[in-house]
Amino acid sequence: MNAVYLRRRVLNRVMMLFSYAALAFGLLWLLWILGVLAWEGAAALRLSLLTESTPPPGSDGGLGNAIVGSAMIVATGTLIGTPIGILAGTYLAEYGHRGWLAPATRFVNDVLLSAPSIVVGLFVYTICVAPVGQFSGWAGSIALSVLVIPVVVRTTDDMLRLVPNSLREAAIALGCPTWKMITMVSYRAARAGLATGVLLAVARICGETAPLLFTALNNQFWSTDMSRPMANLPVVIFQFAMSPYEDWHRLAWGGALLITLVVLAINVGVRALMRKPA
Amino acid sequence: MIAAVSLACVAHATDITGAGATFPYPIYAKWADAYKKATGIGVNYQSIGSGGGIKQVTAKTVDFGASDMPMKAEDLRKNGLVQFPAIMGGVVPVVKLAGVQPGQLRFTGELLAQIYLGRVTRWNDPAIAKMNAGVDLPDGNITVVHRSDGSGTTFLWTNYLSKVSAEFKSAVGEGTSVKFPAGVGGKGNEGVAAYVQKIEGAIGYVEYAYAKQNRLAHAQVQNASGKFVQSVSATFMAAAADAGWKSIPGMGVVLTNQAGDNAWPITGASFILMQARHEKSETAKEVLRFFKWAFENGDRMAEELDYVPMPHPVVGDIEASWKAITDINGKPVL
Amino acid sequence: MSAVLRAPIPVVRQSSRHEHAVMETAFRGLARLAAILVFALLAAIVASLVIGSLPALRKYGVAFLANANWDPVQEDFGALVPIVGTVATAAIALFIAVPASFGIAVFLTELSPAWARRPLGMAIETLAAIPSIVYGMWGFFVLAPLLQQHVQPLMARSLGTIPGLERFFAAPIMGIGLFTAGVILAIMVIPFVAAIMRDVFELVPPMLKESAYALGATTWEVVGSVVLPYTKAGVIGGVMLGLGRALGETMAVTFVIGNAHRLSASLFAPGNSLASALANEFTEAVGDLYPAALLELGLVLFLITTLVLAASRLLLMRMRRGEGA
Repeated sequence: MNAVYLRRRVLNRVMMLFSYAALAFGLLWLLWILGVLAWEGAAALRLSLLTESTPPPGSDGGLGNAIVGSAMIVATGTLIGTPIGILAGTYLAEYGHRGWLAPATRFVNDVLLSAPSIVVGLFVYTICVAPVGQFSGWAGSIALSVLVIPVVVRTTDDMLRLVPNSLREAAIALGCPTWKMITMVSYRAARAGLATGVLLAVARICGETAPLLFTALNNQFWSTDMSRPMANLPVVIFQFAMSPYEDWHRLAWGGALLITLVVLAINVGVRALMRKPA
Repeated sequence: MIAAVSLACVAHATDITGAGATFPYPIYAKWADAYKKATGIGVNYQSIGSGGGIKQVTAKTVDFGASDMPMKAEDLRKNGLVQFPAIMGGVVPVVKLAGVQPGQLRFTGELLAQIYLGRVTRWNDPAIAKMNAGVDLPDGNITVVHRSDGSGTTFLWTNYLSKVSAEFKSAVGEGTSVKFPAGVGGKGNEGVAAYVQKIEGAIGYVEYAYAKQNRLAHAQVQNASGKFVQSVSATFMAAAADAGWKSIPGMGVVLTNQAGDNAWPITGASFILMQARHEKSETAKEVLRFFKWAFENGDRMAEELDYVPMPHPVVGDIEASWKAITDINGKPVL
Repeated sequence: MSAVLRAPIPVVRQSSRHEHAVMETAFRGLARLAAILVFALLAAIVASLVIGSLPALRKYGVAFLANANWDPVQEDFGALVPIVGTVATAAIALFIAVPASFGIAVFLTELSPAWARRPLGMAIETLAAIPSIVYGMWGFFVLAPLLQQHVQPLMARSLGTIPGLERFFAAPIMGIGLFTAGVILAIMVIPFVAAIMRDVFELVPPMLKESAYALGATTWEVVGSVVLPYTKAGVIGGVMLGLGRALGETMAVTFVIGNAHRLSASLFAPGNSLASALANEFTEAVGDLYPAALLELGLVLFLITTLVLAASRLLLMRMRRGEGA
């Protein structure tokens, strides 16, 4: 066995071991983070977490108002962003075969998709909060909708383009107008994919903190008034975690666990949707 | 749908929003909790730092702001604001050192200045050991913790250090947001307390309630009369005893380094800022009603947290000054 | 298409065709409007940042980027410290994440048994699903103390003794700082870079790889001499995507970076990033110049991330068009 062969074999072994180690490295962090989250968060999981509102330090309480507030802001943001996203994605996939608008919009959309969310928060502060003089749940929803739109545009565009053209041509050959063809054929064929896009967008905005810091602010009481500052889970977690109070830390972990469970559930749901035959 | 949305906005009881200093946050939160139980009205106070409080109340995004650094009369006039003190407390140095108990370590103002200037960097430095003969100081780094946000607590701390150390005054100066030559920045009193809790060998400055609630090791400081005093409400009250409240417009008195054997050298008052003229006089009235209630019923809650409530004669002056808060027609709100 | 619609079909009523035409224009117009809105959104964001930072732009000009001071009292602002912090933490993150992601991608494409490929891939992608605030909390409560008490002293004692490198591992060691922020960013970035690397590795025509194997190449030689050269544009594109994410991450970094507006050579020192400075200071910036300076930081951040991401997309597009052969 000559030296060259030996060296090649050893090098191969070393690199393969490195690969295994890299995988173990990645999985280690995953298990560690989820483990700590489950351990710390479980201590906070009790019914009062959902029913009581955020307490001042030293008192008992829960995250109920933050959960409700987050649910409202996320739902509103999704409701605002999804129609715009689907329509824009439809334009890109169905109408934008000629001209400059479609390719340019795709590029702009990618830029928006990767824009740091704190910049979006600054933008919405300048247009929604400063002029009105009021932090509000609406401003938070608008910030989240700006994050929803690029995700939905991208997935709508990708999913609609996967629909085979033969379906479209069949519809048109039967005399179907374009808009009807899109709604009755393309959308229906891609409906799992479109739903996936919306779910992915929801999963993304569930955990977003930075855009809400300057828009919805926070509220320590129960409030369903969207025109005033609104309690929301991520900002509450941030505030509680950075504080020195043990009971606030416990609530922060509980809230973090809740958000992560929702996001992971959505991801699992998305995979299930995508696995069904289209 | 628009009608439904606007109805939803109107039908809510008047909750009031305030934002600002983290210094008084524990007591404001306690008062708000009790006030809600008593009257059903919610006072939503967000502790974002004195700088934030000033900004938000000037921008009219909140109903009242809170700041530990009193505004000068010209600035009050320029921004159309009215200022009054609501509560007093002390800023204390806190440390995390293995084996060191609360109230055990001693510092002079000059030593604190040297630490915060980054000149004294190890715990077993002779300057510290000299003052703390009985304490077993480790040979470790000092991690300085200061505020990263605009803070009235920083103002009180740097104001005191500038008074006792000419070097600190020229190198750093005083203010809500200064350029600290060393250390880590925590957000709010909470952030500083959280860092000191976690980092071995850390020193920071917080309002006393934060030190007490989180069992941080606070230290004795030498006051203007040369005595080492502990941070307890008695020493805070001693410092506040001779404050000339009416002498400065806007009652913007600074209480650091007061004379007196028993005075805590880093005492301060926390101020409330409100717009002078209000379109929505209803919310302004609610804010004043809340503070009136707090002045009448909140003394014991404040003392439990080692804050110093405003003395009763001063409360009278404060409530008289509320006549300057008017609606758009010039009629006082309360 | 319209020719088909206009062909005379006796059964179609005039009004029905008219309805269709109206609906058609309406729907098409709406879709077009939505696309233009996306455009307008980007333009609005850039415009609001530029307009908002005009006072600072006018006062400081380009020198803003090189100024290491950040003094709200004297109104002397400069972006150097946050820029250095952002770049340094991203560099540390890539330094750790790129080899790790590469190893993971090689594993998933070459070494893994077929049944394990999907679950392991999904496990790695789950790292991407964890919200950034959880990373921040875990970093602050778990990782930072661990680094302060064990890892960083070890690094200082070993790497810090190499001549010329002392400055980078200097005391004081407090657990929070640029290094910890970099480690957390690395973990956050690994799933993205690994997924892209795996996707581009899978694009390599099997025939190329099998030819190399047939000649007696080891697995590593196939990866290094066939796969990597074929996919280099894609790999670089993936790395740049990871870089873009690391540059823009806010919450995880804000928890552990230490919020200090000071330049220091030490990796263990606290610092600031563009995003964390904004998160910490924006709600309380008073005056004209302070908020404008912060908005200018936001503008710089937006421009940097946009440039990096545009470059990454171009590279990935080239890869997908098969130009790597």
